[in-house]
Amino acid sequence: MPNMSLTKVKMAEQEPNVRNKNFFEVAQGYTLEQAQEEAERCLNCKNRPCVSGCPVNIPIPDFIAKIREGDLAGAYKILSTANALPAISGRVCPQESQCESKCIRGIKGEPVAIGRLERFVADWARNNGVTNLETAPANGHRVAVIGSGPAGLTCAGELARKGYDVTVFEALHLAGGVLSYGIPEFRLPKEIVNAEVANLEKMGVKIETNMVIGKVLSIDELFEEEKFEAVFIGSGAGLPMFARIPGESLVGVFSANEYLTRINLMKGFRGDKGSETPVMHSKNVAVIGGGNVAMDAARCAKRMGAENVYIVYRRGEAELPARKEEVHHAMEEGIIFKFLTAPLAIEGDDKGHVCKMKCIQMQLGEPDASGRRRPVPVEGSEFEMEVDCVIPALGTSPNPLIRSTTPGLDTNAKGCIVTAENGGTSREGVFAGGDASTGAATVILAMGAGKTASKAIDEYIQNK
Amino acid sequence: MKKYEIALKKPLKPDITMMEIYAPLIAKKAKAGQFIIFRVDEEGERVPLTIAGTDKEKGTVAIIFQKVGGSTLALDALNEGDCLHDFVGPLGVPTNIAEMGKKVAVVGGGAGCAIAYPIAKALHEAGVEVDVIAGFRNKDLIILEDEMKAACTNLYMCTDIGDYGFHGFGTDRLKKLIDEEGKTYDHVVAIGPLMMMKFVCRLTAQYNIPTTISMNPIMVDGTGMCGCCRVTVGGETKFACVDGPDFDGHLVDFDETIARNRSYMEFEAMKKEEHICRLRGKTNA
Repeated sequence: MPNMSLTKVKMAEQEPNVRNKNFFEVAQGYTLEQAQEEAERCLNCKNRPCVSGCPVNIPIPDFIAKIREGDLAGAYKILSTANALPAISGRVCPQESQCESKCIRGIKGEPVAIGRLERFVADWARNNGVTNLETAPANGHRVAVIGSGPAGLTCAGELARKGYDVTVFEALHLAGGVLSYGIPEFRLPKEIVNAEVANLEKMGVKIETNMVIGKVLSIDELFEEEKFEAVFIGSGAGLPMFARIPGESLVGVFSANEYLTRINLMKGFRGDKGSETPVMHSKNVAVIGGGNVAMDAARCAKRMGAENVYIVYRRGEAELPARKEEVHHAMEEGIIFKFLTAPLAIEGDDKGHVCKMKCIQMQLGEPDASGRRRPVPVEGSEFEMEVDCVIPALGTSPNPLIRSTTPGLDTNAKGCIVTAENGGTSREGVFAGGDASTGAATVILAMGAGKTASKAIDEYIQNK
Repeated sequence: MKKYEIALKKPLKPDITMMEIYAPLIAKKAKAGQFIIFRVDEEGERVPLTIAGTDKEKGTVAIIFQKVGGSTLALDALNEGDCLHDFVGPLGVPTNIAEMGKKVAVVGGGAGCAIAYPIAKALHEAGVEVDVIAGFRNKDLIILEDEMKAACTNLYMCTDIGDYGFHGFGTDRLKKLIDEEGKTYDHVVAIGPLMMMKFVCRLTAQYNIPTTISMNPIMVDGTGMCGCCRVTVGGETKFACVDGPDFDGHLVDFDETIARNRSYMEFEAMKKEEHICRLRGKTNA
């Protein structure tokens, strides 16, 4: 008999008022008993709606069945064959709008906690030294992957499994892309990212850090001089966008990318003594935006010791684009949400340091092109917030380094690389995916794009 | 030779050091005006430095740095045969020497001469008539005089206190060349402290001479991701790491970058102290 409980088995978490002062992981994961209890909630439906909601098509009911049977190695085998980075996606996927949104159990009650179960299996495998590193015999074909974020790592892993000789070029000093510089330790411990990268290396993937493609080598040189047969571009989202309001260059205004990079990649979370890279200590912080990156920045600011941290978002709570769990966690941790609030200007003191932000109240009008109700200003509702730090988290625009050095590579008006459904670009042998082609999106969509492109690259090389 | 090995270390002054780093791919590609980012060790910060020269045959990239903070002190503690942890480049857009005309004045200020020199050299090699005006606080701080002399048509040395060459700032010398010595320039390149570049630009604006400057804002990733190095140029936000570091000096908001570059002064002072203590500890042990 399946477990007919209407709610998911709860996952242990650090207490909000404890965790908002440390960078240890918030969610602690399931025990075996909890995982099996939750696995019993899966009805193993014939038509598997959850699988259709997964960008990397994990055979979800199959791995859950293995958990029920207590065959965790079997569960990991199924999971890791479909998804190169399960410990990561289990933590950062917006399951509520993907697999879990299609779960039959969600019609009446909560859906099966697919994300938590995925995480459980991946963590169990890592903690018990269980791996899935099988690869086809080496086929001698060389593929270059640009960027070691979720798209690049997934593409590299899939191709390595098929026997390709894959080299990943990373611009920064550390592999992982946004998983390393962007997503904070308390949501995705770097030890997990490192373990997933190490697994890929064990499968034969070579990772070259400090290589800015477009500068030190062009894509043409990768083909002509380095003799790669195909190139996958997963170079990520690129430069931050700002609100285009006065005062954004004052001291104390950081893009979310910068703030998070200082704290995550450069280890600012260890404090002044533990990091060579400074993080400004602020008392009152306003983060502009309502996405996952905004939540990450706000929760980091709180942990770095800020007294008041605000999320300033021009629409309402229902419109927040962030993962529900992140919003919920942020609220629990004492982040103050200023909904229907738009920033007008940032003001500075005589030293050019942020001292306040002028805002205006908004109300929701008619739906706009995105289908969300358009926020419109309420006349005469201007007010000021006393803040000494402002963090715009408003998305990114693609990095120009590759498109400006790759003749014949088509990009759209926004600068994103134009790709066919299989990841193919306007250049023969060049494929792309993830934020570099879609603009800022999610880790799992990037992983999906990396996987799709790996199939196209395989076909391209085999048919050459 | 190993990756990022220090092939040569040469102190130029008590507080200025030159190093050649083995990085053949970068040496092959780098052009005047571009920069690299280094990290001394696994915990190090990412520090941008403009490339002072390259040797394609030896596969080395030259850097010249002033020991101003913790990271440059730590770098200076390394010796020939040691390796840097990270060395990435060439970053930024090369200086556009092709469109500067026939007569160019290159004004370098202090350690900025380490960057002015390769640009002067590139112009000189391209057949441009180059006047280099090199300003230092005093005679003891002068670097690269012979190298600069060989890389230009005329070299004008200046010191703030007047113990060597012209008595005064580079800006004053440039003004004198134009006003009193009948010099005309198609383009001016100014590289040095922000304040010095600001004053050169103020002067050249009066004569309508197009002026290129090299910005040195605080950077973190330096590859077009974090946005820390933004500068306002003609009212628009530009990123020094991918759009620069060279910009039209007449359009740059210098005061904004001057304020932004002071953001971490206290932290930097603390880190410098820490490194000095650590280095002393080493010598005592």
